Amino acid sequence: MDQQTLVYFVWAIPLLPLLAFFAIMLFARGRDRLSHTIAIGAMVISLVLAQIVFWNAVAQGGAHEVAQPAAAEGEHAAAEGEHGSAAFIHDSHDWLPQGAPENALKMGVLVDPLTAAMLFMVPIACLMIIFYSVGYSNFNKKPDAHDQPGFPPHKGREPMYSRFFAFLSLFAGAMLTLVVADNLLLLFIGWEIMGLCSYLLIGFWYARTYPDPNKITPRGAAVKAFMTTRVADVFMLLGIAFLYSATGTLSFTEIFTQQTTSQLAAVLFLGFPAAQVIYLLLFIGTIGKSAQFPLHTWLPDAMEGPTPVSAMIHAAAMVSAGVYMIIRMFPLLAGTAPHGELITFTPMIVIGTFTALFAATIAFTQRDVKKVLAYSTISQLGFMVSALGMGAWVAALFHLITHAFFKALLFMGSGSIIHGVEHGLHAAGHGAVAHSAHGPDDHAAAAAHVETEHAEEAHAGHGHDDADPQEPELDPQDMFNMGGLRKKMPVTFWTFLIGGLSLAGFPLFFAGFWSKDEILGHAYHYPQFQLVFWVLVFTAFLTAFYTMRQIALTFWGKPRTEAAEHAHESHWTMLLPLIILAVFAIIAGVVGIKSDVPVAGLIVYGPFAQPGSTFEHLVEPTIANVIELEKLPFVLSPMAIAIAGSLLGLFLGWLVYGRKPLAVGQPDPLEAPLGGLYVLFKNKYFIDEIYNFVFVQPVKRFAAWMGDVFDRKGIDGVLHGIAHGALRLSHAFRSFDTKVVNGGADGLAASIKSAGHWLRDIQTGRVQNYLLLALVSVVLLIALYITLFS
Amino acid sequence: MGTDGDYFMDFNSLLLTLIVFAPVTAAVIIFLTPKDKTLFVRIIAATATGLTLILSIVAFVLYDRAAGAAQYQFQGIAPWVPSLGISYHVGVDGIGLTMVLLTGIVGFMGVLISWNIKDRPREFFAFFMLLVAGVFGVFVSLDLFLLIFFYELSIFPMYILIATWGSTRKEYAAMKLTLYLLIGSIIALVGVLAVYFSAQFPAGVLPEGATRTFDLLLLQQSNIPIEVQRIWFLPIFIGFGVLAGIWPFHNWSPDGHVAAPTAVSMIHAGVLMKLGAFAAIIAMRLLPDAAREQMPWVILLVTVNVVYGAAIAMVQKDFKYVIGFSSVSHMGLVTMGFATMNQVGLNGAVLQMWSHGIMTACFFAVVGLIYDRAHTRQINELSGWARYFPLATVAFIIGGLVSMGMPGLSGFVAEFQIFMGLWQGPFFGQIWYYPIIAILAIWGVILTAAYVLRIVQQVFFGEWDPHKWHDLRPSNFGDKLALITFSVLMIVVGLAPALLLGTIELGTKPLLALLGGG
Repeated sequence: MDQQTLVYFVWAIPLLPLLAFFAIMLFARGRDRLSHTIAIGAMVISLVLAQIVFWNAVAQGGAHEVAQPAAAEGEHAAAEGEHGSAAFIHDSHDWLPQGAPENALKMGVLVDPLTAAMLFMVPIACLMIIFYSVGYSNFNKKPDAHDQPGFPPHKGREPMYSRFFAFLSLFAGAMLTLVVADNLLLLFIGWEIMGLCSYLLIGFWYARTYPDPNKITPRGAAVKAFMTTRVADVFMLLGIAFLYSATGTLSFTEIFTQQTTSQLAAVLFLGFPAAQVIYLLLFIGTIGKSAQFPLHTWLPDAMEGPTPVSAMIHAAAMVSAGVYMIIRMFPLLAGTAPHGELITFTPMIVIGTFTALFAATIAFTQRDVKKVLAYSTISQLGFMVSALGMGAWVAALFHLITHAFFKALLFMGSGSIIHGVEHGLHAAGHGAVAHSAHGPDDHAAAAAHVETEHAEEAHAGHGHDDADPQEPELDPQDMFNMGGLRKKMPVTFWTFLIGGLSLAGFPLFFAGFWSKDEILGHAYHYPQFQLVFWVLVFTAFLTAFYTMRQIALTFWGKPRTEAAEHAHESHWTMLLPLIILAVFAIIAGVVGIKSDVPVAGLIVYGPFAQPGSTFEHLVEPTIANVIELEKLPFVLSPMAIAIAGSLLGLFLGWLVYGRKPLAVGQPDPLEAPLGGLYVLFKNKYFIDEIYNFVFVQPVKRFAAWMGDVFDRKGIDGVLHGIAHGALRLSHAFRSFDTKVVNGGADGLAASIKSAGHWLRDIQTGRVQNYLLLALVSVVLLIALYITLFS
Repeated sequence: MGTDGDYFMDFNSLLLTLIVFAPVTAAVIIFLTPKDKTLFVRIIAATATGLTLILSIVAFVLYDRAAGAAQYQFQGIAPWVPSLGISYHVGVDGIGLTMVLLTGIVGFMGVLISWNIKDRPREFFAFFMLLVAGVFGVFVSLDLFLLIFFYELSIFPMYILIATWGSTRKEYAAMKLTLYLLIGSIIALVGVLAVYFSAQFPAGVLPEGATRTFDLLLLQQSNIPIEVQRIWFLPIFIGFGVLAGIWPFHNWSPDGHVAAPTAVSMIHAGVLMKLGAFAAIIAMRLLPDAAREQMPWVILLVTVNVVYGAAIAMVQKDFKYVIGFSSVSHMGLVTMGFATMNQVGLNGAVLQMWSHGIMTACFFAVVGLIYDRAHTRQINELSGWARYFPLATVAFIIGGLVSMGMPGLSGFVAEFQIFMGLWQGPFFGQIWYYPIIAILAIWGVILTAAYVLRIVQQVFFGEWDPHKWHDLRPSNFGDKLALITFSVLMIVVGLAPALLLGTIELGTKPLLALLGGG
């Protein structure tokens, strides 16, 4: 395909969803069918274009190794060829003038193998999520008068249906902008717009409140997510500012050159190489966005948003963006180690590894089906961050992509579960009257028979016929209220199982196994990472355990509540994305299988393959000009240990939760043996409480003090003091004026008056007296004249 | 100089004078109108400000941006008091031009927003016209005497407008504002006089026979002894800077914002505070050597502005006080941008002046709309206004996003550049604490997000109770036009900042050169 056409395609990929956002907001509000048609249509075209670009990139990537300079075509070819950059599409334009013309900040798109890999994953996941939202928002039902905007729909279609699709489109557009950006500034723009979208979408049901005042509302969760990521983002912004002032550019292709990276490593800032300081600041952005310890607390609360949003945030977009950014910026560190040696970044290893373990321990005590997934996401992101910190660039990226597929699958699966249970809840709660409202719904109809037995009990819990759209008391997301859904929701079950096994790293057939194995293999190979290796293996074991716990609690055994009893399979628009993603959750692993893996490598590549995996060959050229990645030979022991950990976890999970399914009202079997630890895990190490106590409250108090006391009493006090002083001074002047000045004037007046009195005595009226006075005067005047002028 | 002979020969040299005197003429006509002809008064006001807006746009378009074109264009000059070296000299560079355009927009929208003002509309519009004229006057003055003249001219109507048409402790606020600004400007005036008397001119700069001048362009070519510069830089900079709300002289501003009627708040925060920053740059122009030495100290004050204003905004209970303190915070960023003394930072500062002007005018327009109907501004009493005013809500949210520096909007481009400039440090060498200041000031940006979200959540979302308010009436066409214009401008400049920055740079580059850099 013509290079210029491809450039247009790349621009169109993020622009289409963005335009869809504006189109829906401006022209399609309240027109539901049109809204989702626009959103899905834009996303489908975007996906097709992304696939075209991807396969072109793959094709050219092959050619790339043969004739490197020729790989970059177009007007930039000469410049790029020099740096040996792997960019095969690059188009940029001046955006912000900065003094001299050559300093202008540019905006542009770039497709190199890294972008191409992301372009494969992101549009697929986004499209699946948007498509799934059609069913999730009950498009198949009529709008119901009881459903108010700002509350989750209970009986009918989502009241703010078109707005939901507009926001999802904006989110997808922002993510794609971030992926195709050729510079850090445009990346940051996409990054921030996503932050805004997450705020809008987490708080989508903004009016929802809970009877329990300690439970966070969607509104609160939205603010928390936005503010937490915001704190991190501004540090990232400082990192960008630092980078710009150190290099004078923000364009990836200009920064990632031998010369610039070694120069950045040579300049010291507070004793550290500038490259590391900048990278650390950028990494703080990732800590916020990808929910790493200690800024992870927003992510579990973000589950308050509609489930497609959780899938968007935790799989396709936001959290991936955080890891993508540090993967993208990794070559920045190229100069910090001698050429050819492994580049590592200790803060990332520490935070990533710790987060992986820490979040996994919380995950296995959670009861909410989405919260388990939320903590598992944090944990898996920790894997990626840790891998990248250890220099396993390819492995981190690979895990990012496989994780996006299976985590999107799991989230949407959990959405399907919740949907089913909620439906069961309504079916159980409403009795026969409700069924007619549901129309031709055979599951609900079937449920009607069972329903009568438990009607009273169910009614007590959730009388739902009134107009008040309050929450039912029974939590449809609590796994302890589920059970036995395997038979009620078979498609959801099988796809969820695939996603779960992929997450748990079940050997050989699932994508998650291969990507996790690559990380573990890397850690095992270097002696300095032994501790990390064992921590990650233990985490993988915990992951398998809580995954099995989740699957067992949800799908196996007998239904523990009415709602679960009446649950039924979701609409096909929700199931189709699950099936498609399940396929990717299996096959995405194949490209990451290394050719020297026994049997599997032989099957995939045949006997005469080059070392490494397809994926490795594809993405490696991205950074090859500055970082030389070492190809590790296959070693059996880490893989064996990983398999053992995974299987042991799954087995123990089955032993505790699967073999003897939980009865109604039975506490978690782990609660008693773990004791205090369980409380600690369950309460998420009390970190929210600590933050509130240490940061939030003091800041508020300080601000209040500054506003009410310092500003109003202090500065204004000084001002008023001056004003009062001035007034007092004026009073003093006034009294001076009355007593001295006026007194003087009055005195003068009085003396004139008394002089007048005295003079009046002379006015006798006799001519002689006057003549005498005149004579005396004349004599005196003459005497005066003589004394003065003689 | 070469401009001595230009006695307004052509349209170009008349343009700025027209912009300044159109509102003055309108004020005179309005004063002469009988009291009951309210509609006529409004139309006159709208026509005059509309005309200035059109002329501002014309000026913006006609400004010659070619390389080598004069820095100050549309110059017109006429002697005023030749014996003292005072002349009526107007002209704009890239910075002034941007500010003129801003004033044109905000002034016109201000008239639209106050269209239905009930209480003595004749006097209101007359004083409003004078205020607008004064503001324009400062932005186009190239003579320091003229500048101070216009400066005072814009303070005087403020007093009357706030004290008469205001609310919430209006007399107090009006008095506070006036005293602060007058004292500031008098200190600055003394400084300007010191410069006037100590400037030594190279041969051939001054016109024949003259020994002293207030002409800014001539003073810029003079030598001012470094001792004089050191003493008088801060008095002039801070004296004018009071109007830009430099901490700890910011306190008049929130009180004034709150007390002022809507249109006056818009002009006040949107434009008037920029006057302070604009006039303060003159201190940098006149005394560049001292500026290099002392701006790194000034930045410490404005760092306080940025964080302190935002923190206080977060805990305010009155809607308008939140915006008032947010202005203190944002104007701190403007001065901070100037204190970076490099190209990026200066560009950011001027763009922030523009961006904050539009944003805050938009804020006050929305607050005014709600206050006119609710008759309260207590945040916890307001709720759910998104249901009643969807457009105003969208406009406020866009403004809020600008305020918190959301990419894609004008505020981001400005703040981003300021922080880049801050990290980069002055052109003559890094100062060790500039990055630390960046790290401190960035908390202001975080707090901004907190208070914006707080307001949006509380005032616009939440439950809507139509029975609570008995004075509900829809917004009129003018309100809508104003809100849409502001919103569009914030987005367009955010997406294509080069539209403005291309012009701004023509002002900041020579400024940097004057300081000795670039």
